[in-house]
This record gives sequence, structure tokens and C-alpha cells, in this order.
Amino acid sequence: MMPELGKYAFAVLSSYAVSLGLIGGLVALSVWRYARVKRALTAAEARLAKGKRA
Amino acid sequence: MSLWEYANPKKFTETTARVLPVVVPLAGACLLAGLIWGFFFTPEDYKQGSTVKILFLHVPAAMMAVNAWIMMLVASLVWIVRRHHVSALAAKAAAPVGMTFTLVALVTGALWGQPMWGTWWEWDPRLTSFLILFLFYLGYIALWQAVENPDTAADLTGVLCVVGSVFAVLSRYAVKFWNQGLHQDSTIMKVGEKDPLDPAYYWPLIFCLAGVVLMFVALVLLRTVTEIRLRRLAVIEAREKFE
Amino acid sequence: MIALLLRDLRIAFRAGGGFGLGLAFFLLVAVLVPLGVGPEGGTLARIAPGILWVGALLACLLSLDRIFALDFEDGSLDLLATAPIPLEGVVAVKALAHWLVTGLPLVIAAPVLGVLLHLPEAGYGWLVVSLLLGTPGLSAIGAFGAALTVGLKRGGLLLSLLVLPLYVPTLIFGAELVKRGAAGMAVQVPLLLLAGITLGAAALLPFASALALRINLR
Repeated sequence: MMPELGKYAFAVLSSYAVSLGLIGGLVALSVWRYARVKRALTAAEARLAKGKRA
Repeated sequence: MSLWEYANPKKFTETTARVLPVVVPLAGACLLAGLIWGFFFTPEDYKQGSTVKILFLHVPAAMMAVNAWIMMLVASLVWIVRRHHVSALAAKAAAPVGMTFTLVALVTGALWGQPMWGTWWEWDPRLTSFLILFLFYLGYIALWQAVENPDTAADLTGVLCVVGSVFAVLSRYAVKFWNQGLHQDSTIMKVGEKDPLDPAYYWPLIFCLAGVVLMFVALVLLRTVTEIRLRRLAVIEAREKFE
Repeated sequence: MIALLLRDLRIAFRAGGGFGLGLAFFLLVAVLVPLGVGPEGGTLARIAPGILWVGALLACLLSLDRIFALDFEDGSLDLLATAPIPLEGVVAVKALAHWLVTGLPLVIAAPVLGVLLHLPEAGYGWLVVSLLLGTPGLSAIGAFGAALTVGLKRGGLLLSLLVLPLYVPTLIFGAELVKRGAAGMAVQVPLLLLAGITLGAAALLPFASALALRINLR
């Protein structure tokens, strides 16, 4: 299945690895922050709603 | 119905929630298809051998590195002229994405350049411009992080983005001029320029380009919503402290 | 406005004003580079235009944060912002003062340092011309960077990060002008472009700087 990369295997494979790593890291970071902020905001909104009723 | 309706943070968040489930799978599908096609099912180039497979990462990343800055410029101008907060936040959200793409373009370029040109780095106009673009991204992000008041930060970075764009274009031409002056008979071929692209590489590249654009849209939407929520969170926390 | 210029100059020249610091730095660069590169005249002559330009640029950078910082701290910047003269004019005057204090001495000192670096004889005239044309642009661009970062506590490093990419076109055309002049080649293109960038920066950037100052003073 693996294509024959010949003598340039290092260049090609490391390019793919580095690029996917960088972009994957960016996506993971973005999603993680999104989830964290969403959780924090939901909690804060809940506090706010409770405070208003009391 | 007007475009400016989406400047309302609430409306923006709601719309994003509806758009993301469409954009994300589409971006993933395009990228996956393009990269797998590009990596596994393209022939070797008669000159470049298998390194031609780097094309499918390098070209989309380079394209988005520039486009992201243009998008930031437009968003900054909208913020400066029409004072829509979402616009400023979108510019802020796009900057790290653009910087990552610039980095990807630089790294894949170096890895490609090593076997092809015999050097990791060459002070070729294109390469140099991208390095300078990277510095612009760095400065822009650093200014966002340094200023505490969010509105001041948005204003200052907006001004920087506009002025920086002018200088980025100037640098592009300066660098072209500078390298011509240095070595007239450069042996470096111009990657991706008008040499006709083999049809075997054409379609996977199109898929990759579309995938990267969609991914950029998805990431910026996601990050903008994050920024909007952070603002709201800061307001609530400030109010709680006050009580 | 002239009163403001004189005031700025007086502050710069009195003790602790930082006058001469840039000049000393410039001298140090011109001394340290041969120590690092080696004493061969041929190598030095080839890199002299670049070294002198980079040195001048960094020396300029050194004193940028002083353009607005002192006035911001003691509140006189707020007074200037509400004064009858436009803030754009204030920025332009302050950039001019910075150039007179930092840029002009660099222009005068550069030929002497050119001797240290074995600059080819044909290059001296062009070195002075290029610095004379380029350094006012550096001051105008620097004033913009200083206006952006004026309210920040540790703005110095950020200021360099913001300003240095903006200096790229000036540096390239300036150094290229000297290089071509020293080699006896045609210099018209870099000459015109360098002058164009400086004029454009001096004409337009004060508006952006004043905008940034107003934002920071809000």
C-alpha cells in the first residue's frame, strides 16, 4: 500500500508529519479552548441566573 | 436581511452552531480525499521524484498564509469603520491560524528545498517574503496579548494590521528587487509558478485547496465564538466581583 | 510647534536624556563586527554597506521608546493631545526631534565608521545620501511603533518586534543603494524607492500614529 518514495522518503514523510502535527495541534488547541470556555461560560451563566432569582 | 446582522454576537454564535456541522465534515472530507489521493495515488515527477507529493501541503498552506492576512485586514477595516466587535475578534481568531499556515509553508518548503536545491534555506524572494510575513503575524499576536483593555487592543491591532499590510506589500517588492540585485543568475526554479501543472496533480491539489479553505473557515468561526464567549465570561466575572 | 521641537531637543540633550547612546551603539556595532568576522579587508568591504545600515537601524531602534514614554508618564502627552495644535503635528514634530537627536548624528558618523569597515571609496557619498534619505523614514515608522506601545509597561521588546518588520523595505533599499554605489552601478531605482518610502512614511504615518496615541490616551 505504501507508495515507493525512493531516496526522498525522508523529505516527503517528514513534511507530512510536521504539517499534520502543526495543523493538528492548532485544531486540538482551538477545540480544547472552545470546550473549556463554553463550560466556564455555562457555569457562569448558571451562577448568574441563580443570583438573580435569590 | 443584511450581512451586518451577523455582527450581532448572539446571532453570530447561533449561525456558527448551524454552519459548523456542515463545514467541518466537508473540510475533513476534502482534506482527507486530497491528501490521500496526493500521497498514495500520484505518479512521481520526472524531475522531482516523490518530493512532488509535498506540493499538496506546501501550496495550500502558502495560499492560506496570505489569504488569512487579507481576511484579517478586511476584518480590521470593518472593525475600525463600523465598530462591530465580532469583526475585531474574528481578526484576532484568524491570526494564529494564519501563522500556523505560514510556518507549515516554511517548514515544508525547507524540507522540499533540501533535496531539490541542496539547501534547507535560500534567500529567494518568495521564501524571504514568507519569513517576513511570519514576523508580521508574530508582532500582531504579541500586540493583542500585551494590551489589557480588550477594546484598546482591538483598536491598536487594527491600526497595526492596516499599516502592516502596506509595509508587507512594500517588503514583498523590496525583497524581489533585493534578490535580483544580489544574484542575477539564480539557479532556483520558481515553485508552483507558470510551469504547467501535470493533470495528475491537478485534482488532488484542488481538493486540498478547497479543504484548507473550509478548514480555515471552520477554525476561524470556532475561535471567534470562543473569543465572544470569553468576553461574555469576563463581563459576568467582573459583575460578580463587583457585587 | 517650534517651541515643542526645541523643548524635545533640550530634554534629549540634557544629562540622562540619552543623546549619544545611539551613536555609541553604532560605533560598537562597527567595532564588534570586524572582531567577529575577521580582519580581511575584502570581506569587510563587501559587507560594509549592510553592516552600517543594520547598525544604524538598530541604533535608531534603541531610543524609540523615549519618543512618547516620558511625556506619557508625566501627563504632558494628555496636555498635548488637548492642545490647539493637531496631534498629527505633535507626532511629526516628535519624530523630527528623534531624527535630529538620533538619525542625524548617525549620518555624520557613518563615513568614519565606513573607514573602519573598508568601505570602497565610491560608496561614501552614497552612504551619506542613503542614510540621509532613509533615517527620517526610520524615525517616522518608529514613532508609529512607539505610539502603539506607549501605554504598555514592558513595551520595549514588543516595540522592536513591531517596528523591525516595518523597517525591512527601508533597510533593503538603503543598503542596496550603498552597495550599488560602491560597486559603481546604476543607483537610480533604489534611490527613488528609498526616498519614496521615507516621504510616504513621513506624510502618512503621523496620522496612524496620532490615531494610535488617541486610542492609548482614551
